[in-house]
Parts: sequence; C-alpha cells; structure tokens
Amino acid sequence: MLALALMLGVLLAPWSAADAQSQSVHGTLRAPDGTPVADVTIIAARNGAEVGKDTTAKDGTWEISLPGPGRYTITVDVATLPDALSPAREGGQTLKDVPVPAGESRAVIFQLTTGTPAPGGGPADAGEGGGGPPQDRVVRWLDQFAQLLVEGIKFGSIIAICAVGLSLIFATTGLINFAHGEMVTLGATVAFLLNASVVGPQLQLIPATLATVAFGAIFGALLELGLWKPLRRRGIGRIQLFIISIGLSLLIRHIILVLFGTRPQPYADYTIQQEWRWGPVSIAPRDLVITVASLLVLAGVGLMLQRTRAGKAIRAVSDNRDLAESSGIDVSRVVLNVWLLAGGLATLGGVFFGLAQLVSWDMGFKLLLLMFAAVILGGLGTAYGVIVGSLVVGIVAQVSTIWLPVELQNAWALVVLILVLLVRPQGIFGRTERVG
Amino acid sequence: MDFLTILGDASRAAIGPEAAIYALAAIGLNMHFGYTGLLNFGQVGFMLVGAYGVAVAVATFSAPLWAGMLIGTALAIVLALLLGIPTLRLRADYLAITTIAAGEILRYVYRSNFASPVTGGVYGLTRFADPLYALSPIPPGQYGLGRLSFSDRSLWIMVISWSVVALACALMFLIIHSPWGRVIRSVREDEDAARSLGKNVFGYRLQSLVLGGVLGAAGGMLLAVYTQAVQPDAYNPVVTFYLYTLLILGGAGRILGPVIGSVIFWFILVFTDSFLRQAVGTGLIPAGLISATEVGALRFALVGIGLMLLMIYRPQGILGDRREMMLGDR
Repeated sequence: MLALALMLGVLLAPWSAADAQSQSVHGTLRAPDGTPVADVTIIAARNGAEVGKDTTAKDGTWEISLPGPGRYTITVDVATLPDALSPAREGGQTLKDVPVPAGESRAVIFQLTTGTPAPGGGPADAGEGGGGPPQDRVVRWLDQFAQLLVEGIKFGSIIAICAVGLSLIFATTGLINFAHGEMVTLGATVAFLLNASVVGPQLQLIPATLATVAFGAIFGALLELGLWKPLRRRGIGRIQLFIISIGLSLLIRHIILVLFGTRPQPYADYTIQQEWRWGPVSIAPRDLVITVASLLVLAGVGLMLQRTRAGKAIRAVSDNRDLAESSGIDVSRVVLNVWLLAGGLATLGGVFFGLAQLVSWDMGFKLLLLMFAAVILGGLGTAYGVIVGSLVVGIVAQVSTIWLPVELQNAWALVVLILVLLVRPQGIFGRTERVG
Repeated sequence: MDFLTILGDASRAAIGPEAAIYALAAIGLNMHFGYTGLLNFGQVGFMLVGAYGVAVAVATFSAPLWAGMLIGTALAIVLALLLGIPTLRLRADYLAITTIAAGEILRYVYRSNFASPVTGGVYGLTRFADPLYALSPIPPGQYGLGRLSFSDRSLWIMVISWSVVALACALMFLIIHSPWGRVIRSVREDEDAARSLGKNVFGYRLQSLVLGGVLGAAGGMLLAVYTQAVQPDAYNPVVTFYLYTLLILGGAGRILGPVIGSVIFWFILVFTDSFLRQAVGTGLIPAGLISATEVGALRFALVGIGLMLLMIYRPQGILGDRREMMLGDR
C-alpha cells in the first residue's frame, strides 16, 4: 500500500514540480553482539521541539519521517532500552545537528554497549519525558521558551533584512514584488558559488558574502532600469506589474533550479560549530553572529532613512510621490537607490538564511510568504513597522513549536497575518487611512 | 527527432483530462479575476479542499463518492467565506496575499503529521474513486491512433470532465448575461459607481468568490478522481500561477477564454517538454548542457517568461478585450 502510494507520488511528480519531497531518518538498533533491539523509542526533535518518534521493530529497524529538510536532534529514549544496554559513550543517546537534506532518508547509527558508558557518565538525565515534579516542568518550559525566543529573534531578523527592501519598493513604486524571494535565493546561491561550489573560486565566506551583496545591489538596480522602469513608463497598471513579477519569480527560480540542482547544500565555512551555552540558552557562534549582524544592519538602515539625505528622500517619496517630485526630488533616482538597497539587503538575508539552514533553490520562495506577512503586519510601505512585523513572525513561528506541531510553524505566522488583516488592516504601524 | 511523437504527445495533453481539469479551475478563476476583478491567488486552495473532501470522505471514512463531492463543495464554500469576509473590503492586493497564504496554510495542515490519520500526511490518500470507474460504459482497451491514444479509464474521465467544463461554460454564460452578471462586471469596472446605485459591492464580491471557489473545488475533485490519488504537495502555489497564465492566454473575462487557454497552454507545455527531451535524447542538445531531469524545471521557467510577455504585450490574451483588462488601481 505504501509502496503504491510512493509510486503514485512519483507518477504525480510532474504535477507537483519538485516540491514533492519527504525526508526521514532511519536506522537499525543493534546490541554489540549484533542482535537487533526491539521496542526502544527514538525521538527526533528540531529547535528543542519533538517532531516525530518511532519504536524499533522486532528486527531493530526504525524510521521517523520529518517535516522538512534541516538539522535535527535524534535521541534514544534511554528509559526504554533494555537494562543490560546503555549508550557506548556518555551522552551517546543524543545525536545533535544531524543534517537531513530535502527528499532524503538519512541513516543514523547509535552505538550501544553492555558495559558502563564512560567514566563519570551515565544515562542519568535522559528519559524524564515530562514525568518530573511540577516545579521542574515549569523550569523546563521556561528554558525551552527562552531557547525558542532566541531562535525566533534570529529567524525574525533574517526575515526583516529580506523584507525591508520589499516594503520600501512597495512604498516608493507601488509594486508588490513577488520576485523578491528569488533575490534572497540568488544571494544564497551566488555566495554558494563563490564559497563552496567546486567550479567557483572557493573564497572564504566573508569576502564571498561581500561580493554577493554588491552583486545583489547591482542586480536589483538592473531589474529596475531594465524591466520595471520601462514598464512603468508604458503605463502598465499596478496589478499587471504584480502578475509580471510572478512570472519573473517563476523564471528566476527555475533557472536557479537548473543551475544549482534540487539538493540543499551547506556552505564550506562555519557549518560545524560547538554551541555556546548561557543558562538555558544555547546558540552556535554562527547564529549569534547572524543575529547581531542582522540587527546592526537593520539599525544602520534605520539611521540611514532617518539621518541621511538619501534616506530622507526615500521617506519623502514613500509619503507622497507627487509632492516629493514637485519639491525637486529626483524620484527615479530615489527609486533606483531603493532597488540598490533592496537587492543588497535581500541577498545578504539570503546568505544568512542559507548559513542558518541550508542553501536550496526554493528557500526564497518559502520565505516570501513570511516576508509578506511581516510587511503587512508592520504596515504595508513602512520601514520600521516591517522590522517589528518580521520579529513577530519569526518569534510566533518558533515559539509556537512549544505547544504545536513544528510542521505548522510557518502556518501560524500566516494565521497571524489573516487575523491582523481582520482587526487592523493597515498593520501595527500603518497610518489609519482607508485601504479598502 | 520524431516530430510525430512530439505532436502526438502535445495533442494528447491538449485534449486530455488535465486540460479539462485546469480549464474548469480556470473558469472559477475567471469568475473571480476576469469578471469581478478579484485577485485570488489561492485557487489551488479551493482545488485542495475539493480533492481532499472526496478523498478523505471515501478513503478514510468510507462514505459514498457523491457524499464526498458534497463535502468538498461545502468546504469550498466555507473557505470562500473565511477568506472573503476579512479581505474583500480591502484593496485587491491584500486579497492576493491572503489567498496565497491560505492555500499554503491548508497545504501545511493537510501534509502535517498530526493530520495524517485522516489525510495520509505527505503521502496522501489513494484509490478512492473505484465506484466511478466501475460505472464506466467504455470497454477496456486503448482508443485512438498511435501516440494519440487513451486508455478506457482516461477516456471515461475525459468524457466526464469535458462535460462538466461544457456545463460550467453554459452556467457562466447564463450567469454573466443575467442582471447579477451585469452588477458583477460593474463592480469590476467601477466599484463606486455600483455602490452609488445601491448595490452591496461586498456581498456581490463574496458571492462571486464562493461561486468561483466551488468551480475550483470541482476541478480539484476531478483531479483527485482522475489520478486516484491526492498528495498535498501537488497543490502548491505554482498551480495557481499556471491557472493565471492559461486564463490570461485564452482571455480573461470571456466565457471560452479559460477553455481555449487551457488547451493551448497544455499543447505548448507538453510540446516543449517532449521536444527538449527528444533533443537531449538524440544528442541535438549536448547532455552536459541540460539533463533530462532539468527539462521539467525549464518548462516552469518558460511559463514564467510566457506570463511576463503576455502581461506586457497582450494582457487581453487571445479572445479578450483590451479595454476590459486595463487593470488599474483600486
């Protein structure tokens, strides 16, 4: 039956593009003498939240299907191991950061021993499974909350970097740029080409990122000069432009797919890192740098908009295009600046996103809806609102996994979007004007 | 290079069940976008609830097929109301983003692990339409000439789905030429004018959303029945983009626009696909340049270019009227 379903899934592939992927981890649990171990619970978790579990069969096999590609923590529930067996090393019941690419089933091996694990160690703090005293549960809940909050801020600040440009483009030209997600993917993949690809120059990631951001800014400006500006000159309506951007998004995304392939890949640098730990929160240095750098860049953009001449001009054009033009501001110059900025920021966001997860051909498209949610939450066309909106989206997506299945984390962000539209369509920071 | 094969493949796709199913879903979209001016980018969500309405009712709860179809229709109506009530008062682009978000939320929910006892999770459900195939009066076998031939099952589904398309076109003709249809088009042309005549613009838009959504769900049901399988990832946003492309190609705001658009769209899509595969296979295009698996991706890129060029140079498509497609700011 399952085989039939799988076969049909393959037959259906042309319908579903290349999105029809499922990924899993599997393995066979064996005692040191090679006999299979049955009835042991294996748990897969992401960001501290359980995403699936399985119990080993009579022949020791187990398999857990996972909600998406990414890094997972796979744990053997020590309490369910037979008394004679224990993990071969201290802490060997947990494998952290197991990367699972899209569409693949990854084999995971746990080594067991009949002796004592390792000096000083033992299966002491595993397998509690929520059965501890209530006080412990509250503490553990707070720990998990703190950890996910940090993850949420990281995710939110990446969304913000990508979405600020989307919002500014909308504010200055009225275009809802559906191809913005592809700018993000482009950033991640160009950096991959420069950094990790065998055909590229294999630059270190930091110079590769700088080159990518320069490329992204130029690419954004070229799009404006070569496509959007001529189309606006032809007097093509806003909704037509929106549909054209959908076509552009399909085009760029699938060109990237042909060049990059469907397989998600990591960068060459900073992928394997020891996590730092402060109290309940642990974070890889890479992720900390991403978060801090994103927030600094966002602060820089804010300062630029507030203090510099170019920034003030952008705000003036966003507020009232005609008034700005009649006050002597060169509107098409300002719009070009916005595209330069948006291209650079989106590609930078793409590199960060690829570093935090993996580089894949449709990462930007997957992020696009969250960017839209952030932009609408913050108020369409605002620059500061979108930053708050992004953080809300990121934190909602991550923290929801405490109570709710991790597969739905992005869905909750979108639900928040629809709810906000119901009660406050102009967004949290939008001005109360008629949008209907 | 065998052009007869390529032409055969392309013609088969142009009159096959997929073309009919896409035409039906696009007729619903035509109601929204072509006649009412609603930017519904979540038509695939309606197809999904229709398809899963049938599949879940029959495969999970072993209800009869007709009950599944009723459930699918009811779900589409509920979805249209849920989407429409918050967003139809807002500017058109809000509806676009909300509908595409709603389609994705539905896909996430249907593919999730916790829903899998009901929906089958990422693998979906299979083999729930046997009673319909049992009704088929066509004796088993292959019908047609050479490459342009269909199995009895495909033929049976083609008969059903093209009949439904014909019915839907007739229904649309009657509706659009009724007083209701005139109000709908006046809402598209000038919302304020319609309002000043005392028409409840919001109400009319909501009715249009429901009607087109039900047609979309019907397309989803036929797709589920035809493939005897539902799988959540088949209902991704790209399907809606396909529908827009073929609708605009045929001519939005015309009764036969989606039908002609769907036939031509599938012909071109499969023609290029088959041509590229043959070209790679016979070495006309060196295999190092594009592999056979990448041809599938290239055709999506082609749809993207097609959509851009159509929107720039001929937004009214083959049948449409340019004046009706001056989609301005609202």
